[in-house]
Amino acid sequence: MVTMRAMTADEKMEYFMERIESGDKIQADDWMPEEYRQTLIKLISMHGISEIMGALPEKEWVPKAPSLYRKLGIMAKVQDEMGHGQLLLRVAEDLMKPYGKTRGDIMQDLFNEDLKFHNVFHMETKTWADAGLIGWLVDGAAIITQTNMLDASYGPYAKALQRICAEEVFHAQHGESIIMALAEGTKEQQAMVQDALNRWWPALLMFFGPPSKATTGASKQEATIKYRIRKNTNEELRQSFLDKYIPRILSLSLTIPDDTLHFDQEKKHWVYQQPDWTEFKNIIKNNGPKSQARLNLRRSSYENNAWVREALSAVVE
Amino acid sequence: MSNIERMMSAEEKKALEALIFQLADDDFLFSYRGSEWLGLAPHIEEDVASSSITQDSMGHAAMYYKLLEDLGLGKADDLAHLRPAQERKNSVLTERVNGDGYYMDTPQYDWAYTVVRSYFYTQAKRAKINSLRESSYEPLRDIAVKVSMELYYHVMHWKLWFEQLLSSTEEAKSKMVSALKLVVDDMGDLFSYGEQKELIERFDLIDSEEKIQNNWLEALRPTFEKLKLDLPIIPEPKLNGRNGQHTDELQTAIDTLSEVYRLDTATNW
Ligand SMILES: [Fe+2]
Ligand SMILES: [Fe+2]
Repeated sequence: MVTMRAMTADEKMEYFMERIESGDKIQADDWMPEEYRQTLIKLISMHGISEIMGALPEKEWVPKAPSLYRKLGIMAKVQDEMGHGQLLLRVAEDLMKPYGKTRGDIMQDLFNEDLKFHNVFHMETKTWADAGLIGWLVDGAAIITQTNMLDASYGPYAKALQRICAEEVFHAQHGESIIMALAEGTKEQQAMVQDALNRWWPALLMFFGPPSKATTGASKQEATIKYRIRKNTNEELRQSFLDKYIPRILSLSLTIPDDTLHFDQEKKHWVYQQPDWTEFKNIIKNNGPKSQARLNLRRSSYENNAWVREALSAVVE
Repeated sequence: MSNIERMMSAEEKKALEALIFQLADDDFLFSYRGSEWLGLAPHIEEDVASSSITQDSMGHAAMYYKLLEDLGLGKADDLAHLRPAQERKNSVLTERVNGDGYYMDTPQYDWAYTVVRSYFYTQAKRAKINSLRESSYEPLRDIAVKVSMELYYHVMHWKLWFEQLLSSTEEAKSKMVSALKLVVDDMGDLFSYGEQKELIERFDLIDSEEKIQNNWLEALRPTFEKLKLDLPIIPEPKLNGRNGQHTDELQTAIDTLSEVYRLDTATNW
């Protein structure tokens, strides 16, 4: 057997950074710096749990969907979101193995409010147009942030994102189709979409997170960029969202609720009214309009079904 | 289609419509109760799996409502959303709530009840679908072929749950036994064709009530023997859903299912 001098911590780190900078993918059992592992666990468990919490606002509209066709469409979408959650939590669980933690711990972290879910899923839904708008614009925004990580240095996450992004495209089409039907419909239906857009616009801007650490005092964008998990900053992603969707929104004769919104030709970017970042901070601390209600629903259904999970593990043994 | 219709007597058409309404309303309500569980199932994998069954069932309901539309009874979406409870032909079992609480609040749904209901219902549906493959009405035969393939997995899924929960912890067993009682109590009309029984059977649209029920029992037998349980004894119906007799739980369900559609039934959604 050839014995090799064990690498020093610095050498390991150097080798690791070389690997990711050359585009190599890190796998679950590879050595990785602690900060990298922690960053991934935080990012991926938050992503996974957000998919699952994100199923709740849309699920409200599944039985109410206004035709057999729409009922089928929105059921399939909610199922996909739960599937994304499942896929991502498995990736997170593999990363957590060295700490002896499992999915149960992720759920407990959510319930203890140590693990947060995405700010957009703390908002209330009021009408059927909200269900369409979520599919069209929230999933549209998710496509932008998720495709930004398709080349993530962590292989299992990149692989999960490939499947997720493919499905998100269908979600955005599903949402767009609902919104188109309403926008081309009666006065009441048109008003329903406009009202939904008015209410969701600030949340859509917040979707991408604060432009810099200075805004809210915390941002994980630096670490994720350094480790080649994502490519662009929050603001760059928000700008691509505005590039893509402002023309589409306007083409449906909808009004964007921001008088200051315009494209700065010189700087080549959109100028917009900043959303209330203090409110953002409240929302991500679980003090948003529906934060506690949705957490409670998740908690109570988890507790209510505890006997089933116990029964299943007794069967396996 | 129009040829078949022309050859059909008024009596036969009446029987056919009655049967298809029963099939359509059953799957529509069964799917609705399943959809209330979305996002709340005991674990994430189950959420994804049972959601497929819920979707398939809504797909089946949609095929039946479309068939009724083709028979000239009105728009499929109107038939699904607008008919009041007393015109519905689903069995009482499919309209029952999943447990306490409204799905929009923090409901305390009963997974044991859902497992028993779903196993018994999908197994009964299979007995009917097997028979519909030989129906005298061709469009029903076609639907039966499509439904069969999916239904195979539905039955397998719920049967596995049924067996597992009944061979597990004492708590699980006792919840399952209570659920069994609740479900069987409501089964009086599941195999009934209601007032149209005589015509439905005479025109060979489907096998007799007795034969379907017997096939259902025979399908359950191995599972029940394995679990050392007595086969259920189906009671006389207290309410017969096939004749439009229902609990209040049905109207509440319809109100939810049609809340948005009723805002404007003429527009495109
Ligand atoms: Fe998703
Ligand atoms: Fe999505």
